[in-house]
Amino acid sequence: MSAPLLEIENLRVSFPTQQGRVEVVKGISFTLGRERLGIVGESGSGKSMTGRSILRLIRAPGRVTADRLRFSGIDLLAQSERQMRAIRGARISMVMQDPKFSLNPVMTIGAQIAEALVAHTRLPRREIAQRSRDMLQAVRIDDPDRVMRLYPHEISGGMGQRVMIAMMLVPEPDILIADEPTSALDVSVQAQVLDIMDELVRNKGMGLILISHDLDLVARYCDRILVMNSGKVVEECVASQLSEARHPYTRGLLAAMPHMDETRETLPVLDRSQWEAT
Amino acid sequence: MVQAAGEIGCLFEGGFNQVSFEPPDQIVAAAPARAPGQGLHLRRARRMVLAIGGFILTVLLTFLGLLAITFFIGRVIPIDPVLSVVGDRATPEVYNAAREAMGLDRPLVLQFVSYVADVAQGHFGMSVSTGRPVIEDLSRFFPATLEMATIGIIIGVFLGVPMGVYAASRQGSWLDQIIRVFGLLGYSVPAFWLGLVGLAFFYAHLRIVGGPGRLDIFYDGLVPPVTGLILVDSLLAGETEIFFNAITHLILPASVLGFFSLAYIARMTRSFMLDQLSQEFVTTARVKGVAERLVIWRHAFRPILVPLITVIGLSYAGLLEGSVMIETVFSWPGIGNYLTTALLNADMNAVLGATLVIGAVFILINKISDVLYSVLDPRAR
Amino acid sequence: MAATREWLLADSPTSRLQARMGRAYRIVTALLRNPLATLGLVIILVLVATALFAPLIAPYSPIGQELANRLQPPSWQHWMGTDELGRDIYSRVIYGSRITLTIVLLVAVISAPIGLVVGAVSGYFGGWIDKVMMGITDVFLSMPKLILALAFVAALGPGIENAIIAIAITAWPAYARIARAETLTFRNSEFIAAVQMQGASSARVIVAHILPLCTSSMIIRVTLDMAGIILTAAGLGFIGLGAQPPLPEWGAMISRGRTFILDQWWVATMPGFAIIIVSLGFCFLGDGLRDVLDPRQGENS
Repeated sequence: MSAPLLEIENLRVSFPTQQGRVEVVKGISFTLGRERLGIVGESGSGKSMTGRSILRLIRAPGRVTADRLRFSGIDLLAQSERQMRAIRGARISMVMQDPKFSLNPVMTIGAQIAEALVAHTRLPRREIAQRSRDMLQAVRIDDPDRVMRLYPHEISGGMGQRVMIAMMLVPEPDILIADEPTSALDVSVQAQVLDIMDELVRNKGMGLILISHDLDLVARYCDRILVMNSGKVVEECVASQLSEARHPYTRGLLAAMPHMDETRETLPVLDRSQWEAT
Repeated sequence: MVQAAGEIGCLFEGGFNQVSFEPPDQIVAAAPARAPGQGLHLRRARRMVLAIGGFILTVLLTFLGLLAITFFIGRVIPIDPVLSVVGDRATPEVYNAAREAMGLDRPLVLQFVSYVADVAQGHFGMSVSTGRPVIEDLSRFFPATLEMATIGIIIGVFLGVPMGVYAASRQGSWLDQIIRVFGLLGYSVPAFWLGLVGLAFFYAHLRIVGGPGRLDIFYDGLVPPVTGLILVDSLLAGETEIFFNAITHLILPASVLGFFSLAYIARMTRSFMLDQLSQEFVTTARVKGVAERLVIWRHAFRPILVPLITVIGLSYAGLLEGSVMIETVFSWPGIGNYLTTALLNADMNAVLGATLVIGAVFILINKISDVLYSVLDPRAR
Repeated sequence: MAATREWLLADSPTSRLQARMGRAYRIVTALLRNPLATLGLVIILVLVATALFAPLIAPYSPIGQELANRLQPPSWQHWMGTDELGRDIYSRVIYGSRITLTIVLLVAVISAPIGLVVGAVSGYFGGWIDKVMMGITDVFLSMPKLILALAFVAALGPGIENAIIAIAITAWPAYARIARAETLTFRNSEFIAAVQMQGASSARVIVAHILPLCTSSMIIRVTLDMAGIILTAAGLGFIGLGAQPPLPEWGAMISRGRTFILDQWWVATMPGFAIIIVSLGFCFLGDGLRDVLDPRQGENS
């Protein structure tokens, strides 16, 4: 295993509500090397918040604390906003869920990809355009020059997500966080997009955090899996050994998934009363 | 981004000192702005023509409504409409002549039709207090109001928009709270009171601005009125000294108007920006590591330019209305002062004439803002 | 005390009274959690109390002249100084609160129900009734309210009653719009259909079912509008067309003080402060009510 890129210990994220301060992430710890880590959980399990807190995107009144939040030796919690800006995009990037909303609707695709480079480098315009083009081709968009002149509403969802990946990978970061990258896409397109992302991550030797609610997906594209429930990590295992998971929540999730050669008449329902993490 | 305010259709009245915190339906429904498509020119042209046609129709209908109201006020409400037009000091001959001219024995509908015809030709009748045709008075006094309102809106925009953006980007901070209270003050402070206090403080006490009136007395009448706007006319005549004197007189009343405009524009800008800042693509920009200044202005602010233009238009219309209150305080020879003087003299023709003009301009600006929005809205392309 | 509170907050109220009181309690407590709204509420309550108990609070008579004492600056005997006829300004401001409250209440009582009914009828029946009524409403809405009020007062003559009528005429269209929009949101819902199928007449449906549902947005709107109404009334008074002397209407007081603004600034400024505070109070309260009653709109304010 390579030296850890990301070391997280006792990460806690809380928000104020009418009933007092509520913790949505309750002290989770994990490390990430140059590998693919999947974080699985249902809505409200805190998985998205984990991703965003790594990039310090959570603003007041939300609060992020941790005993350790280190990236390549840099203490992320101690960084000023300006220092974080230098890290965001250049060293840690994030692909978000729905390109319909996460791409700026009034900027051309080329301009948006270029912006990712302009924010961190001082390359000449031609070089930036060339790199944008290369990146678009790497995500298997065949006519990059034409696409670069289009606006987000003029391309399909799958293409938009690929553009998103290109935009986030063009500054060549060390870690990519993918927050439900395919949840808004058609099933037929999901595998395509993930394959591309997987290939790029592997070729560049990056670390990947894949956040999803889809256990199958995560099992397929990740080396290690973290299962989260109600803000805590309930299971941590190697992807290939997922079927041997021990925690009742994970077992419940696995049991509730239909298989191709399904013989059961009804799928079991999760019984949360036993193991609801408090 | 469709706020709930649009769902229940709370209408905004852009009038002066009106407590209207919700923007019009269209502004509120400003979803992420879409960029121009390709090859939609024909559709766009057709849409334009329909829009212009519909626009003219609604404007005309609203004008007709305005005329109906002024007709009602002038002919139906007063016990003796003739008396209210000629005044109680008129001789019997004048009275009878006016009575004939107004055709009061004819059915109301016919009276209304001839009234509309008169107005369309600019016959607003004679003013009892000035003795001149009302239309003449109006054309003389209107530019003064226009000048003051225009400087006022400029102040309002150049101060209000940055304030709104700033407040939204630092939501919850004490500066944001101050700006919000400022916005509320715009609805709570009487304009005439503020003008009075401003005059007492900045003119009488500090002596840093000019006094009442558009110019110092000895400059009066020295500039040939070409447009009626002293700033323009004085520059055209090459009289820079008068130009600067006019500015010292303009600055205070325009600032008072500007205060109200600023409060409203800042509040609306803040509201729009808060909506935009919660959009996903703004987060994307932050994730990319883009500088915060660019995130705010290039990503969040740009889509709200179009609704903001509508807001500015409505505010401008409101300033024209608000000038009525301020002009008395500053002895400003504008249409507002004309209206209030006419009111006190029970000069019905002048009152209605001024009402018609202010009302018509108000309606026009409102409708133009409406149409401008639907034309510029990228979603419609 | 705790038992009452529990009764009010019960999840399943057993009587309509309990449900209504519970709702009122929730609204009030939510409102009180907002400091600005609480301040607004306090200001309004003080206004009402001042108006009700004016004779008890005011140290002097509002119309008693004392020419020897004219134009005195604020002092311990006269908190806000005296005006050009030697009348105590503080007392006049206090009595003026009665006029302000009267105007505001009457305008609200006249214009809100009219607007409510017009809007509800328009929204319920739809079709050409809707078109005609909304056409009229839109025409009124496109026009400058202040100017129209002035024009109406010109025809009706000066005086506080005419001022109230004039302002009410310009105020009702906004309420009609809101009521109509509200009506449209549930006009086609099943509970309305159910009542119709039970044989309820249109009048009954509107009065018993639609109007009550429009009340919360009406209340919000009326409260927010009150600041504008106060300012319009003060404006009319300032010009000389509202309440006539010697009535201590705040706008008229400012107008009288105008001549002495340079040296005896208090005559004109004091009533202005009263106007500002009361208007702010209504604004704060209205904002707070909107946050509480209609949280959808409250997000961005």
